[in-house]
Amino acid sequence: MAKKTIELIVNGDHYEVAIDPWRTLAEVLREDLRLTGTKIGCNQGDCGACTVIVDGRTVSSCLTLAVECHHREITTIEGLAKSPQELHPLQQAFIDKGAVQCGFCTGGMILSAKHLLDRNPNPDEEQIRKGLSGNLCRCTGYNKIVEAIGHASRQMASCKEG
Amino acid sequence: MNNNPAIIGASLPRLDARDKVTGRSIYVDDMMLPGMLYGALLRSPLPHARIKRIDVSKARALKGVKDVIVGADTPQIRYGNWRLVPQSQDELPLAVDKVRFLGDEVAAVAALDKETAERACQLIEVEYEELPGLFTVEDATAEGAAIIHDDSPGNVSLNRKITYGDLEAGFKRADYVRDDVFTVHAVSHAYMEPCSSIAAPDEGGRVTLWTSTQVPYIVQCLLAATLGLPENHVRVIKPNVGGGFGGKMELRPWEFCAAFMALRTGRPVKFTLNREQELAFGRRRHAMTIHSKVGFTKDGKITAKDFNVLLDGGAYNSMGPTATFLCGNFGAMLYRYPAYRYLGRHVYTNKPPAGAMRGFGAPQALFAAESQMNMAAAELGIDPIELRIINAMETGDEIPEVATISSCGFKESLVKVREMSGWDAKRKEKSPGRGIGVGCYSFISGGVFNWFNTKYNFATAEVRVFEDGTAHLLTMATDIGQGSDHTLRQILAAELGIGIEKIRLTAADTAVTPKADLGTWGSRVTLMSGNAVIDAARKIKEMLIPVIFSQFDLNQIHDVAFEGDRVFAKARPDKGLTFGECVYKALRGRRGEPLTAFGAYTPRNRGLVSPAFSFGAQVAEVEVDQETGLIKVQKMYTAHDCGVPINKMGVEGQLEGSIHMGLGYALMEDFVMKDGRTLNTNFLDYKIPTAQDMPPGESVEIDTYEPEGPFGAKEAGEGLVSPTAPAIAEAVHHATGYRCMDLPITPPKVLKGIGKLK
Repeated sequence: MAKKTIELIVNGDHYEVAIDPWRTLAEVLREDLRLTGTKIGCNQGDCGACTVIVDGRTVSSCLTLAVECHHREITTIEGLAKSPQELHPLQQAFIDKGAVQCGFCTGGMILSAKHLLDRNPNPDEEQIRKGLSGNLCRCTGYNKIVEAIGHASRQMASCKEG
Repeated sequence: MNNNPAIIGASLPRLDARDKVTGRSIYVDDMMLPGMLYGALLRSPLPHARIKRIDVSKARALKGVKDVIVGADTPQIRYGNWRLVPQSQDELPLAVDKVRFLGDEVAAVAALDKETAERACQLIEVEYEELPGLFTVEDATAEGAAIIHDDSPGNVSLNRKITYGDLEAGFKRADYVRDDVFTVHAVSHAYMEPCSSIAAPDEGGRVTLWTSTQVPYIVQCLLAATLGLPENHVRVIKPNVGGGFGGKMELRPWEFCAAFMALRTGRPVKFTLNREQELAFGRRRHAMTIHSKVGFTKDGKITAKDFNVLLDGGAYNSMGPTATFLCGNFGAMLYRYPAYRYLGRHVYTNKPPAGAMRGFGAPQALFAAESQMNMAAAELGIDPIELRIINAMETGDEIPEVATISSCGFKESLVKVREMSGWDAKRKEKSPGRGIGVGCYSFISGGVFNWFNTKYNFATAEVRVFEDGTAHLLTMATDIGQGSDHTLRQILAAELGIGIEKIRLTAADTAVTPKADLGTWGSRVTLMSGNAVIDAARKIKEMLIPVIFSQFDLNQIHDVAFEGDRVFAKARPDKGLTFGECVYKALRGRRGEPLTAFGAYTPRNRGLVSPAFSFGAQVAEVEVDQETGLIKVQKMYTAHDCGVPINKMGVEGQLEGSIHMGLGYALMEDFVMKDGRTLNTNFLDYKIPTAQDMPPGESVEIDTYEPEGPFGAKEAGEGLVSPTAPAIAEAVHHATGYRCMDLPITPPKVLKGIGKLK
């Protein structure tokens, strides 16, 4: 099959890649763009480690064909911080609250959390848990992740007020 | 004693977390090397068969294929972690003559891309002669059963016995004897990172392997052995690892195939497994049939226990011999057993091998033992927590010929968990569908046993210090996500009195970090590697202390302190130097000889099992829907004794992760198998708890000090996985009257148990 040339806008950068049309967004991000913060935990759309944000919505990049993302805006975990010095409040909260262990689910968790806070800046615990129900973690038992997201949402609210 | 409370016992964020939240941390599958080839494995489609013929010619002819290997191409050297008992080493990297489980590796391909490698595997022709498959321990041990390994007639690969006290007299003295059979199932480690390995040829016929492992030293030794190379020709490097839980603690066929084909082709070779392969063919926790007989006096004192266990080992020994031993050990932990007899039999079946998994024989033993305590309590008319207090081990207790318990906060844990959970009131309350139950645990802080037969110390560390006030810690200790790199940095920082951020860490590279370290398993890292770090740091301090005496003309009765990046006379803090200045002066005095020191730890005079034991008690509150049988765990309460916690936040993370895994084990995780084939090979069908399933929890650390541990610490990562299932089972019984004797506790079993389903 002929390769397709597509343009991806990832974390604000434009990339032109010629790819086999059957390749997934996760593969192209990891192998062609070498943005390896997006992890493949199951390649079946079940674990959420490959979560990225495409045009404001979270997707499992292992179930998304890269060609579907032609000209679309993609945010990966590498693009979340404003600068290397200034982390996103969610990232900082994950560090401070001990929400990171092996780190393999972390990128997907944070992007799912970001999507949740974008829609609901002040979620209660149940809403946070629901928002994470597509992301599996085997190390933390989720409680510190939930705590970190609650903490970040409060931080972000107080920043806005201030 | 700890003189650095800002570091030891604090809740400190981990230094590796920043890279992990920004996506910068590198795991093996993130790596690509120039000229790298992609590997794929051909696995047996049959559970038990003789290989008659293999033809790889079509695969070899496929465009883009660079190498194809089968067992006959390899040195055919058997391996296994139990080097101490060579006849237990029953695996070959690629099958020769025979396959023993559906998924047994038969051939490997290296090609220019993944798709070509997979396609080439499908072009390999294998002719099999099918043999009878044995899928249960009962079938495998039946008279006349087919033989899975020729040197194990009867398919029992190992018998393990533990006996002490007068069993017969113990049961004679008993007023009440329980005799029960429990069965527990196999579950997956389900670490989030599928296994991945890259091997690259190195100069002089050497090879470097980057691999997702918990045991770089063991992989180095066994890989060298199977390749027929000197140990020093193999370098193993562990990058970030996405969890292991026991599932990554052996040499694996793809590690061998990557290295072997890298040497043959002169190019790097990468293998990465997918989730389907992980679940279908991966290691798992042992399923067991546990026959337990225990006697009590009428006032609740245990008099004797007879514990018989059949372990379903699957096709190879893997870590089964250790699980067999530890299961027996934990069958008689927690309480004072005047007489005990254990017989564990490790049975081969034609299923994917069971191996080490968090708890390592303890979750199974303790599900049976703790359930039986709950059942006995009911019959004896004694409260379950009270029955435990009557029999609980204490500091100074001896397990005959096995160990002396040098710290034990078990009774305190029981008292605390009773109080914090509101046990007494809730236990008396009888509201339908609501229940509360207790389960307890003890665990090892690393093993005294040397099944790997290493000639080196069990744990080592090298510490270098520099005139800029920084230090470099080199250790083969293996952080697989639990945070041990951070813990070891904390221990070094506390000992040298410098900031954690001043410590560079190089870990788990067998060509660079000091030999040896047995890896991450059995909750050994904090205690063993921590002690090695302290040993090295103290040697460094011996090099620095003379500087202070000379510089300030101190009387020799002074003591020297290391705190706040300074080295000074304890009684005269003004008489001191910054850490960096002190190193500078020592370096001058040594005429340029760098300040570097090696530390080591190997347990001495600590019995046969472990240098130290953790203890704890857990209470589960559940609500059971009487119509559907669905169980909702409302809350978990835990009181546990891990000695002095080094990093409180890290300990909490281990506890919460353990509850997650214990909850999955108790209620939902289970392999569905038919004729040796695993049917649930994705996370929709193999369910692990999600964020919505996790109950809230409360926990308390019982204050103890373990004299053998670094700063008084002992294990916290593994034992806590054991009490959850028996606590939930007891809570379900309290709620419904249904007693689970066979995990997991599923809604149909509950409904049958309460007579609502036939």
